Amino acid sequence: MINNKDTPFTIFHKELGARMISFAGFNMPIEYSGINNEHITVRERLGVFDVSHMGEFRIKGPHALEFVQRITTNDASLLFNGKVQYSCMPNGKGGIVDDLLVYRFNEETYLFIVNAANIEKDWNWCVTQAKEMGLKTGKDLINASDTMAQLAIQGPMAIKAMRKLTGYPVEDMEYYTFKEIEFAGIKDIIFSITGYTGAGGCEIYVKNENVSNLWQAILDAGEEFGIIPIGLAARDTLRLEMGFCLYGNDITEKTSPIEAGLGWITKFVDHKEFIDKEYFLKQKEEGVLRRLKGFEMLDRGIPRQHYEVVDIEGNLIGEVTSGTMSPMLKKGIGLAYLKKGFWQEDTEIFIRIRNKDLRARVVKPPFYKQ
Amino acid sequence: MNVPENLKYTKDHEWLRIENNEAILGITDFAQAELGDIVFVEIETEGEKLEREEVFGTIEAVKTVSDMFMPVSGEVLEVNPKLEDNPDVINKDPYGDGWMIKISMDKPEELNNLLTADRYKELINA
Repeated sequence: MINNKDTPFTIFHKELGARMISFAGFNMPIEYSGINNEHITVRERLGVFDVSHMGEFRIKGPHALEFVQRITTNDASLLFNGKVQYSCMPNGKGGIVDDLLVYRFNEETYLFIVNAANIEKDWNWCVTQAKEMGLKTGKDLINASDTMAQLAIQGPMAIKAMRKLTGYPVEDMEYYTFKEIEFAGIKDIIFSITGYTGAGGCEIYVKNENVSNLWQAILDAGEEFGIIPIGLAARDTLRLEMGFCLYGNDITEKTSPIEAGLGWITKFVDHKEFIDKEYFLKQKEEGVLRRLKGFEMLDRGIPRQHYEVVDIEGNLIGEVTSGTMSPMLKKGIGLAYLKKGFWQEDTEIFIRIRNKDLRARVVKPPFYKQ
Repeated sequence: MNVPENLKYTKDHEWLRIENNEAILGITDFAQAELGDIVFVEIETEGEKLEREEVFGTIEAVKTVSDMFMPVSGEVLEVNPKLEDNPDVINKDPYGDGWMIKISMDKPEELNNLLTADRYKELINA
């Protein structure tokens, strides 16, 4: 792991005895006290995640909105100052470069939050597109990934606990909004009511040099509520219980947002031109041959990525893209691309697990409802 | 890491408690810690005769699936009934309530391939 980057918090993970892995070029904690305990604590109380590996790009200047509109699928003209939007970047071939969050600071300043594993690829893509539009890299488009840290504090008690660290009434903030506030004695923290768990809470962004005692301050503030640190393994089971897509599994360069059920972030409006717009519109109007759907196991078994999905006669009808044992439901759940004719809710499908076809049922996520 | 002296071990991180020509088998404390929370155990070879190194079952943690191999040839006499509903017993008590199968051994000479506690400790750097 010598060539991996540390986050400003890696030292604390090691002190806490976390199991560390190499992920997207970073030394990251996969697990501390055990994935089930971590998962359930986030659902019932709160936990803190180091997600500093995520990438951050700043887009500035008079052409910022035009750029955002062109390279992402959602309608960024609906954003207002302090508003966040989930979106994705098409690759010009009908697939997805990455999914991302778009933050609007003001009409000439936006922030992209992109997946760690895609930072370099996304950056190159953005630079290429920016050049065509006359934006200047380093001035209008800035890769801030190596200068920013991110923590997610997630769970039903997260906001109440974090309120202790700021004078700002964060409990009044709406879902998918953000505010630059003083937090734990640090000025200009970006406090965002977002997350990847469906459990409520916030994500905070801070410059690396300002991190100081932030990790400890959060653990101290959350102590009375039972806060624990959470690793990447529980982050994955938490997101999957909500049916949230994971780039690399459920969405890739070869899947379209229409196939992936991301039509709700793909906006076909006259005032917005974007990469692959016509291709996706055609898919929306004419239909697609496969769709990403949730399913739950009826027989005992755990679905895993790349397992085959078959019909009752054993004919191949799809492939699992994410699967796990749900720590809350205690049964196998997953996402799969399913062939037309098999994606209606309640359709019985079969997951081929170690040469046995086990019964499953198409369901609409979230799998777990609070 | 707990490695009881009175057991035999394999490179696959299994332990055996040998009594005459029968053996009780489970996975080691090291193995359960490496796997993390165990959520599913599938052993459908009860009553079958298997050769050494054949797969007798599968163990699943939240993030991983691992096959389990017969350390010796013989018949799978019994499967721990607790594992179906409470696979986490393997995490809690790997050398006790978390045992997996009972084997009737066909070839006692195969026991020579197993590791002593000291050798196993070396293997896992305990």
